[in-house]
Amino acid sequence: MSRRLDEFWVTMLTQDFLNRRRTWMATLARADRSAIEAQLSAEPALPDHTRLRGPEAGLVMVRGRMGGSGAPFNLGEMTVTRCTIRNARGQIGHAYIAGRDGQKAELAAALDAALQDPEDGAGLEARVIAPLAEALVQADNTIRAEAEATRVDFFTLATMRS
Amino acid sequence: MAYVAVKGGERAIDAAHDWLARVRRGAPTVPEIKTDQIAEQLGRAVDRVMAEGSCYDRDLGALAVKQAQGDLIEAAFLLRAYRTTLPRFASSLPVETSAMLIHRRISAIYKDLPGGQVLGPTYDYTHRLLDFALAAEADSGVAPAAPLPPAEPDQTPPAVTPRVLDMLHAEGLMGAEPQSDATPGDITREPMSFPAERDIRLQALARGDEGFLLALGYSTQRGYGNSHPFVGELRMGDVSVEIEPPELGFAIDIGRITLTECEMVNQFGGSKTEPPQFTRGYGLCFGHGERKAMGMALVDRAMRAEELGEDATAPAQDIEFVLYHSDNIEATGFVEHLKLPHYVDFQSELETIREIRRTSQNSTDAAGEPL
Amino acid sequence: MTLEKPGFIDPVAEAQACFRLVLRTMSSPGQIVTLANPVAAPPLTPATAAVLLTLVDAEVSLWLDEPLADSWDWLAFHAGVVRATDIGSAAFLCTTRLPPLAEVFAGTDAAPETGATIILQVPSLEGGKKLTLYGPGLETPIVIAPQGLPADFVAQWEQNHRIFPRGIDLLLCAGSSFCALPRSVRIGEG
Repeated sequence: MSRRLDEFWVTMLTQDFLNRRRTWMATLARADRSAIEAQLSAEPALPDHTRLRGPEAGLVMVRGRMGGSGAPFNLGEMTVTRCTIRNARGQIGHAYIAGRDGQKAELAAALDAALQDPEDGAGLEARVIAPLAEALVQADNTIRAEAEATRVDFFTLATMRS
Repeated sequence: MAYVAVKGGERAIDAAHDWLARVRRGAPTVPEIKTDQIAEQLGRAVDRVMAEGSCYDRDLGALAVKQAQGDLIEAAFLLRAYRTTLPRFASSLPVETSAMLIHRRISAIYKDLPGGQVLGPTYDYTHRLLDFALAAEADSGVAPAAPLPPAEPDQTPPAVTPRVLDMLHAEGLMGAEPQSDATPGDITREPMSFPAERDIRLQALARGDEGFLLALGYSTQRGYGNSHPFVGELRMGDVSVEIEPPELGFAIDIGRITLTECEMVNQFGGSKTEPPQFTRGYGLCFGHGERKAMGMALVDRAMRAEELGEDATAPAQDIEFVLYHSDNIEATGFVEHLKLPHYVDFQSELETIREIRRTSQNSTDAAGEPL
Repeated sequence: MTLEKPGFIDPVAEAQACFRLVLRTMSSPGQIVTLANPVAAPPLTPATAAVLLTLVDAEVSLWLDEPLADSWDWLAFHAGVVRATDIGSAAFLCTTRLPPLAEVFAGTDAAPETGATIILQVPSLEGGKKLTLYGPGLETPIVIAPQGLPADFVAQWEQNHRIFPRGIDLLLCAGSSFCALPRSVRIGEG
């Protein structure tokens, strides 16, 4: 048990782990609940968990910058749902996701905990998070393609220049 | 003026609400509209409700539009009321609009700009002719998106689309935006006081009434406030929102929102300390709202008159006037409260008028001629 | 971070129930009220913990004294508090010893409602020196005898009351019970 914990902390402290965790949290925040559930359908059940906080709906005040790059100002609020759980293996998972889907927040928190597992986490990441992230990239690429098709090259008429 | 509490009328009010529900539903022979249809097919209405309701949530915006029968100010009011029931967990890190997933991005000052002009899903260049095909019963048969061109293996899309105004700034022709990490003021927590700084002004404008900002912006173009604006850049698309929860200690992405951003370029004659250059007006709002973002940018610039040493004489330059009248929820409350019973007030005015007339009549009778 | 200790099990209902109790004792000063669903979060007693979860959130600043400092993580997680840098800037203070009231922010004439609230965790609400309360909310004076108040408390309170409508509100918490001394109340010895 203690070796497992040591390994866990070494992993926890690495920047690589932090980046991966930020990526899976962002992916879970953006993916539809149905898409996450579909990815999980072929997986063994996630460890049981108890709720430590939430799921509860609240607000985040979104800030912008003056002129896009200057000092911050408060733009307006958005709804967000958060949840924190501890699973049967003792891992704690957090989720903050846009919108008011409590079930999705709880699922994302359970996954955040399971993905931290030193043994099973990486596999789960490859099988569940990677396809979700890929689908989100594809969705972005569709937008980029639609935008690209509306790109224009305005040309100024010679008579207007003179 | 004051109004008085009255009792009674509960039955009438209940009946009025019942009738309202039936009127909202409309003819039972027509299928009831679903909120997801509103969110998907009346998206610009939802955008406006989220912007003026100052609460980004497409599902709630759609519900509010349905509940208010499409009365968008009433819908924004519903959203404002709802948001007061939720706790605020955090404030986000400032959103990076330069990293926006661009749907639309145009500039009226440079035709060849890095990143290009992208028209996006725009009503510009449409003929403004009613399209009766949309009124036909069947699905209107919109063409699906063209298939994606095959991706080139090493072609990663640029993460950042440069800002047009930064190009002017790099040339030294555009005033810099002051940098600060100070916590911005928040009109939802502290009542406005004057003089209001730009953070407060921008927050008020971002939730302000689109029609009011449009009209004020228009007034600055027509000579009420000396401005000659250009659209430096207008962009619309999706940005990630990040927060830094204390229990995590690092920033996380909680999802994306759609924003419209407008940067107006205005001439500035210079001052004792500053050479002649261009200055900015800034607009940013929830959803796809170009008219709103442009109106906001024009009014933001107009309200900077005093700061830039210009004469502040036009309505759009009067900060207190603009900020006190831009919020349509407040305006609705005060205008519509006139419908409430003012019986006592009015009785006293009636008495006064009658008394004056009586006095006037008596003196006429006494003097034989009107006062 | 210690996330093991739970907060309210049903946050909305329990916070509302606790808020009702705060209102009741604030409007009837000195009335001892008792929580139906105590929250276990040592070193905070159940009443202190519940009152904090009810009254503080991510938008107000809190000052904790040293014996309660272990509760920061728990409070940050469940209530999302902002740490006040010093006594004078805090909107809420949660302590085991009453700080000199003169050092605590008492609001301004323009905004007296911004005066701080002190949540004082005391050994017991009974068995201490007798205090007579009178003023708004009390038809007849009542006597309370909380332990853990400083010797010069009555004199300090007299000063706090004198600056009304500015002033500091006090909640005394022991076990699962608490009572309020709002700034409007007057306090006599014995």
